Parts: sequence; C-alpha cells; structure tokens
Amino acid sequence: MPVFYDTKIASRLMLGTAQYPSPAILAEAFKRSGAGIATVSVRREAGGERAGQDFWDLIADLGVKVLPNTAGCHSVREAVTTAQMARELFDTPWIKLEVIGHADTLQPDPFGLVEAARILTEDEFQVFPYCTEDLVLCDRLIEAGCRVLMPWGAPIGTGLGLNNVYGLRSLRAHFPDVPLVVDAGLGLPSQAAQAMELGYDAVLLNTAVAKAGDPAAMAEGFARALEAGRLAFEADPMEPRDMAAPSTPILGKAFLA
Amino acid sequence: MVDVTIIGAGVAGLCIARELRDRGTHVQLYDRGGAPGTHSCSWWAGGMLAPYCEAESAEPEVVNLGEGAAQWWQDKTGLVNSQGSLVVSQDRDQGQLCQFARRTSQFDHVDRAQIAELEPDLGDRFSSGLFFSSESHICPRSALTALHQSLLRDGVEFIVAERDPTDSSKAGLTIDCRGYSARDELTNLRGVKGEMLMLSCPDVTLSRTVRLLHPRIPLYVVPRGNGIYMVGATMIESSASDHVTARSLLEMLSAAYALNPAFGEAELLEIGTDARPAFADNLPRIRRRGGMIYVNGLFRHGFLLSPALARMTADLVMDGQIPEVMDEDHS
Repeated sequence: MPVFYDTKIASRLMLGTAQYPSPAILAEAFKRSGAGIATVSVRREAGGERAGQDFWDLIADLGVKVLPNTAGCHSVREAVTTAQMARELFDTPWIKLEVIGHADTLQPDPFGLVEAARILTEDEFQVFPYCTEDLVLCDRLIEAGCRVLMPWGAPIGTGLGLNNVYGLRSLRAHFPDVPLVVDAGLGLPSQAAQAMELGYDAVLLNTAVAKAGDPAAMAEGFARALEAGRLAFEADPMEPRDMAAPSTPILGKAFLA
Repeated sequence: MVDVTIIGAGVAGLCIARELRDRGTHVQLYDRGGAPGTHSCSWWAGGMLAPYCEAESAEPEVVNLGEGAAQWWQDKTGLVNSQGSLVVSQDRDQGQLCQFARRTSQFDHVDRAQIAELEPDLGDRFSSGLFFSSESHICPRSALTALHQSLLRDGVEFIVAERDPTDSSKAGLTIDCRGYSARDELTNLRGVKGEMLMLSCPDVTLSRTVRLLHPRIPLYVVPRGNGIYMVGATMIESSASDHVTARSLLEMLSAAYALNPAFGEAELLEIGTDARPAFADNLPRIRRRGGMIYVNGLFRHGFLLSPALARMTADLVMDGQIPEVMDEDHS
C-alpha cells in the first residue's frame, strides 16, 4: 500500500469531494470503495470565516486522511496563500498543489508549480504536486522537495484516461522509489487498472465517481479495478509478442497436415 | 384561540400556514423579518416546478413529492406559468445532453426547428434539446406575497418578532420553518450557498425556463416577464450568505452569454445570495421532537417540495398521520 511522506495509507484510491449529488452519497462512495484519502477544495468552498465548516465537518466524519488542495488557483501567490489557509483549517502539512496554467484545458503551469512547490517545501509543507507527465518537470519538482508526484492522465474532468502511456511508464522507470499517483482525467475503472499495471501507487479522481448515475457503485468499481491492476503488476505480466504460441500441447497432432 | 404557531414565513412556513388554514386550523405566524422579502432564502429562488429535470441529480423522492406542486400553487395563487422547460447544450457538450436524457423522463427530443418554434431566440443557436412539456415555474416573490396576503385576508395573525422555538409558555403546537436559521436546533443542518442574478434584457424573449448544460457552469434562466430574467444558480458548500463572488458572477454571465449573446447587453438589476438549508442527503425532513415539529432541509427545492410538505404536516397535525419524510427525534 502507498506511503506518502511516511504515512501509510490503506487504499490506492483517493477521491475528490466535489460535485456529488449530496454529502450522504459522497459518504457512501467512500464507504463502498474504502478510499483512503479525501481531497478538499479550500478556495471554492471557503468564503472566509469558516463558512464551509459544516461541509468540512462532514468530510472529517468520513474518517479518512484529508488532503486539502489549491484547486482553482492560477498563480503562485494564490496557491501559496490557499495552502497556508488550508494548513490552518485542516491542521495538516499536506497540500495537493495545483497551479493552473490554462483556463480551457486546466493544465498545470509547470513553471509556477515548481516555484510554488519550492516556497511551500521551505515552509515545511508536504507537497503533492498536480503535474504533467513531463520527466524534466518531475525532476525539478523532486529537486524542489516534493516526495510524491501526481501526473495527470488527461485534462481534469475529461474522462479520457491515460493519454500518454509512454510518458507515464517512463516516469515510473525514472522514479522507482517516489510514490506516483495518476491524478485527473480518469473516466473508467479500466483506466485506473491500467495505471496500476504500469506500477503506479495510487489514483486520484473525482468527476468519474461524483457524476456517475450511481456514484457509490462507481467508486466500488474503481476500487476493485485498482485491486485487479495492482495484482497484475505484482504478478509480473507476460510480455506481448507477435507470434502465436499455443497454450495446449500440440505433440502428436498432425498440425502440419 | 391559536392551535398552531409557525415560526418563519418563508416558502415552507407560508405553505404550511395556507394548508392548515384551508383545513380550518387557527394559525399564528411569526417572522422576525416581517412580510416576505430579502431576509428569506426563498426570495432568491428560481421558482422552477420541474420535478422531472431535477431527477438528473436529485433522489427519486424529490420527483415523487414534487409532482403535485404546480397544481397546488395554481390552486392557491393562480400564478403558475406552465409552458414547460427546455434543456439545451452547445454542440461540443452533446454528451451532457445524452446523459441528462438517460437520467430523466417525461421529455421529448427537440431539433433545431422545434427549438426555434418553442423559443425563437434560441433556435439558430442550438441543434438539439429536451423539452419537458409538463413542467412549470412560478415567480417566487409574487407567490410568497400572494400567500402572505391571502393568509392576512383569512385572519391569520402575522407577528413581526423573534420567537424562541423552545418557548413553551403558549398552548398549542409549534412548527419551526426557519430554514438555515434553525441550525442551532438542528445540528446536522448545513448551508449550501446559492448565488443568482436578475437581468433586464428586452432584446431576448424567452417564455419558459431554459437550462443550459455545461461541464463547468450549469445554468438556468427563468423569465419573469417584461424582459426580466432570473439567472442562477451556484451551489457552493458554504453557509456564507452575504456576498456574491466575482468568479460566480463571471461564470453565470458568461453562461448566459453562451445561451444568447444578446444577454451581453442586459442590465444587472440584482445580485443575490443566500444559504439553502440542507441535510446530508439533501432531502427534506419533518422532524418531531417533543411538542415541536421542524420542517426543514428543502435544499434547492423550496417551491417544488413545500406543497407536499405542507400537506404532510397538515395530515400529521390534524389526523396524526405519519408522513413518509417523518423523522422522530428522541434526543
């Protein structure tokens, strides 16, 4: 099971907490999936003066580790301020760092991300950066003090799955000891299983579950897919090959006839 | 003689008062803010009586309880606009429309020509949509005022004062309909912030509720007549109810602009916000605790669900009939 900043988590599934039909359904999704970490947006739901407290209390009642995020921040300064607010509100050094670089695709701003990660790490935050699968960017994030990487599968909310399998595989190969989480872009459990088969440690998703017709069932579907994919990874899968090889013995049969 | 005291003259309190009065009960209404106005959450509502559209994200109970709402409002106020609701999305978001259709019922698919026939100002902009012909809407402010006036005419005593819900010095039953203000009594109630706009835009003519599906900014526009439109509404997990954020304003206006660019010329008449009262499952409750009845948690469905809740509360008060959304509280 994954270990983030020396904290062991009992599940490979991390779930966002936005867009569910109700907090009761959100709680049911966590229960059925056994998800171990809940990410919470501070910026959107805050409104100052702890006006979001009712909702945050419901999140606390889930009994899982809370990972506050800086969703919706478009600059380093905004992200840093939001992270500081999150630390106060949730009493945790963990922060999922999002610095959005493009309003339409919501893709990360790699330059701002590295800068914000450095500032926050120096301020003793434990940063979970939402990044692209770019190897050089990930190198810089590690240099900046990140001990987890969270590359996207596809743009947030698109459900397109793993857009660059080569890039994600390459990250895994270059950072064998850094916990890697596919964050964003997943729409189906099979895509989450694929991330596991690549050797990723966990996945983080929100829309695919929250916007499903039955969010709790979909959450469970993801949890099972993660289990399947991880088992496959640990079982050392066969290598694909071009030549067919019969799985039953052919000795004694007139196959050349 | 007063049989029932109702605290809170928002949509729930007024509907219950109307229903009880119509069944011959003596009712007294308390509201610290006076006649229906900006102090009540329902003042800012859209007033959509659209149970089938709501099925997209609401529990089946909302549909069942909401089906009779339009008829109730028409009987009590005569103010219902029953021209249906139209749901559209831009061509790139057709997936949203398919998903909405899968999760709802009682609609017809409409093409560009049919949309143009229903709403000429949208026909050249949207190639497909869903038309829910049996849905309605009502202007919340007119409806609240009409109920208030009719209750006064029928001799219901309306007291402009705070009333302690735990004050048991008076005889009779007390029904607490204070919405989010009852948070101190109902600890698992939460506020869900909603923000809305009123636009004056005589350049656009829409005659029914229009919903625009959008992956980030779902929007509805409800015509109020004379070129005035209510545009809403955000859903934010926050009990803050004093300010509208620039971001929400930008999002709602840009979605309105996407619906019809003529909204760019609209005048902003009002920017409003309040906190909807909701329980964890976003479903309403009639909760009995000792001699008190709390009717609360109507979430975004105040006008849709109040008639059913008023009926059920009256059944409980007058006949001892236990309603389906009853919640006995022995704490």
